[in-house]
Amino acid sequence: MIEALMQNLPFVVSALLFVIGLYALLFKSNLIKMAIGLSIMGSAVNIFLIALGYKENSIAPIFTNAPINGSINAAKMAMPIPQALTLTSIVISLAVTALMLSLAVVVYRHCGSLNASKAWRLKK
Amino acid sequence: MSGLSQIVKTVSLVLFVPILTFGLYVVAHGHLTPGGGFQGGTVIATALALFLVAFGAKEFKRILGKDFLSAVESIGLLSFGALALLGLGTAFFANFLANSGGLFGKSVPVGANAGIFNSAGTIPLMNFAVGIEVASALSLVLLLMYLSEKGVGK
Amino acid sequence: MINEIALHSPALAIAIPLVFAFLLPLLKKWKKLAALMALIGFGAAETMAVLVFKSVLTEGIKVYVMGASSIGQTTPPFMPVPVRIILEIDAFSALMGLAGATIALLAAIYSIKFIKESHVKYYSLLLLMLAGLLGFVFTGDLFNLFVFFEVLSISSIGLIAFWLKRSEAVEAGFKYLTISAVASLFVLFAIGLLYGEHGILNIATISRDMLFYGFAFTDIIALGLLVCAFAMKCGTAPMHFWVPDAYGEAPAAVTAVLAIASLSSVYALLRIAFTVFGPLPHTEIIAYAVIIMGAISLFVGATMSLVQKDLKRLIAYAGVSQTGFILVAFGVGLVAINNVPLQAFGLRAMQGGLFHLINHAFYEALLFLVAGAIIYRAGTKDLNELGGLARQMPLTAVFFLIGAISIAGLPPSNGFASKILIYESIYFFSPLLAVIALISSVIVVVPMVKAFCSAFLGPEIKKFKSVKEVPGSMILAMLVLSIIVIFFGLFPGIMLESIVNPAVNALLNQAAYVGGVL
Repeated sequence: MIEALMQNLPFVVSALLFVIGLYALLFKSNLIKMAIGLSIMGSAVNIFLIALGYKENSIAPIFTNAPINGSINAAKMAMPIPQALTLTSIVISLAVTALMLSLAVVVYRHCGSLNASKAWRLKK
Repeated sequence: MSGLSQIVKTVSLVLFVPILTFGLYVVAHGHLTPGGGFQGGTVIATALALFLVAFGAKEFKRILGKDFLSAVESIGLLSFGALALLGLGTAFFANFLANSGGLFGKSVPVGANAGIFNSAGTIPLMNFAVGIEVASALSLVLLLMYLSEKGVGK
Repeated sequence: MINEIALHSPALAIAIPLVFAFLLPLLKKWKKLAALMALIGFGAAETMAVLVFKSVLTEGIKVYVMGASSIGQTTPPFMPVPVRIILEIDAFSALMGLAGATIALLAAIYSIKFIKESHVKYYSLLLLMLAGLLGFVFTGDLFNLFVFFEVLSISSIGLIAFWLKRSEAVEAGFKYLTISAVASLFVLFAIGLLYGEHGILNIATISRDMLFYGFAFTDIIALGLLVCAFAMKCGTAPMHFWVPDAYGEAPAAVTAVLAIASLSSVYALLRIAFTVFGPLPHTEIIAYAVIIMGAISLFVGATMSLVQKDLKRLIAYAGVSQTGFILVAFGVGLVAINNVPLQAFGLRAMQGGLFHLINHAFYEALLFLVAGAIIYRAGTKDLNELGGLARQMPLTAVFFLIGAISIAGLPPSNGFASKILIYESIYFFSPLLAVIALISSVIVVVPMVKAFCSAFLGPEIKKFKSVKEVPGSMILAMLVLSIIVIFFGLFPGIMLESIVNPAVNALLNQAAYVGGVL
């Protein structure tokens, strides 16, 4: 049990982080805390993607100065796709976080409060 | 808003050049080593952020205005789009410069090598375009957030 | 030259709006020129979408490989798997792309007069939204689906919160940002799971993998996550709270595009359910989930629409109910794939659902544009304050009537044509469902009558005595939409034959989609 947990630790951690982020997003009424929760969720997904791309005893998929043991073969290299996905998702989460924070700034300027239950005016 | 103390200003100026150089290195070697347009652009934007914090928004805006940054951002994006469109002879995004012998056109031998800077065709050019775009867009975002925090209109 | 353009039209359809969106900030000083360039961009994108649609209808599935040495080369040399960025367009995606480009073009024409502030930022974001929408429906690869999904939602948030001075608009933008960020993280998580299982991101290849080797457990989790995410984004019942806020607060022309953007999430849901997962036994659970969500939104949308005082929120809630129609129809279709005695009805339900999806996109756009016209002249969307506008704005009143008849599904309209298909087919699946659909459709008539009476009829109100008919560009956009709506209503048979059936067949023909790439 413990062994299985340790082997899959990155996945467990990412699932935990995802749930923590979702909790913050759903149950916190402070807009900044919601933004933090969203970034935590984004990081959880990034950890998950990176963990997917991990391959034991592999080398980074870069040809520049790659260690030469006989002929270099692609099987030794980690697949770069998950890393490319992570990079794109980091870029996107940067944009989302920046947008969320600037909207929070505007909300604060309008309502003088970052508390969603005070700042929200539209009825359900 | 005259920025922080003289010590901070001097140290940030000392750091400014190496950070900028490193950012340019990361952008330029995007096709050989980890890194590329976005990462290098972010590094450049950190240098600008340091400048912004140390010297204040007034000084920053005197050198890099909002309109200027926004125009540079558009130019970066447009050159990226233009490079992609230039490949239309075969397909969108086709790498028409690779192995052509000209600019960034050296062909690469199979297998591990020390890395040839003058290779990879349109990829380094696109890295430059993205680097310009990210650096200017991120510093624009930082500038606007800095201004809004100080209560100066957005 | 024209052949060349037609060859590259799928890539150009995405590239043109992107390039024009980046060009506009440079033209900040020349406002007229910027608006003109934006309209040229929308027109060019529309042309590309038409070219794509035409070639897909005549030649079948169109595949475009970016950066390849020839556009049909899906697998790189010495490598048997498609790893490049591939656009794959079948009749359904081409139809969605065409509808999106048309509505965006009309919304842009409408906005010339409607948006009084700087056009540069507005048109730039609207073009980005169009690029995201076209990329989202054209892509043949899961990761690009995610990227364009984000482009679409971030640019629409910028437009929902376009009037930063209104705190309600910022609030609606924040809510929509929250929901779309969560949805896109769900999508990314699911894509990670699918990649871990199949080692590839291409939709066709994953689909073939599942056909040959069956489901893994993680695939089912991924399916659940994807359905949750796209259901959130298409505004169906349990997650519909953002719809009235976002639709109500965005500028009217944006709302029209936002409606088709939400429908593109329905497209993604169907693409995942039908093409990626296909006719395998587990999809039935998803089918029932979709039917239940649809039935709830049918009822909730219709009843909530009754109590609204705000015109745009009223239309938004009525729209939630119509999304329910579409989901119910496709859910029945999904059940019927594996259930041979139901198959004929399933096909009919899907025809109805798809026809309703297209109809809904157009009449919803029309209704929101009319609401925008009222806001533009009368300055309010509160139904308690409005009244007697039919005297001053007769054309607008007629346009509203056309839209209202369609959304309520009364006989000569296109809404009636598609709803009757849905009723008669889902009746065989479950009479109760048909009754719910019928009742909700009847309920929707009431708010529409109420809105028409309180906005356009009644005694003249002093405040609105000087109100005039809206400018020509706005009339033109609404007129074109009304003509489309009336045409669909008068010739449903032609529409079914020429547009809807190819799209339904494309959705059902998983083998052809897989064969397009491999």
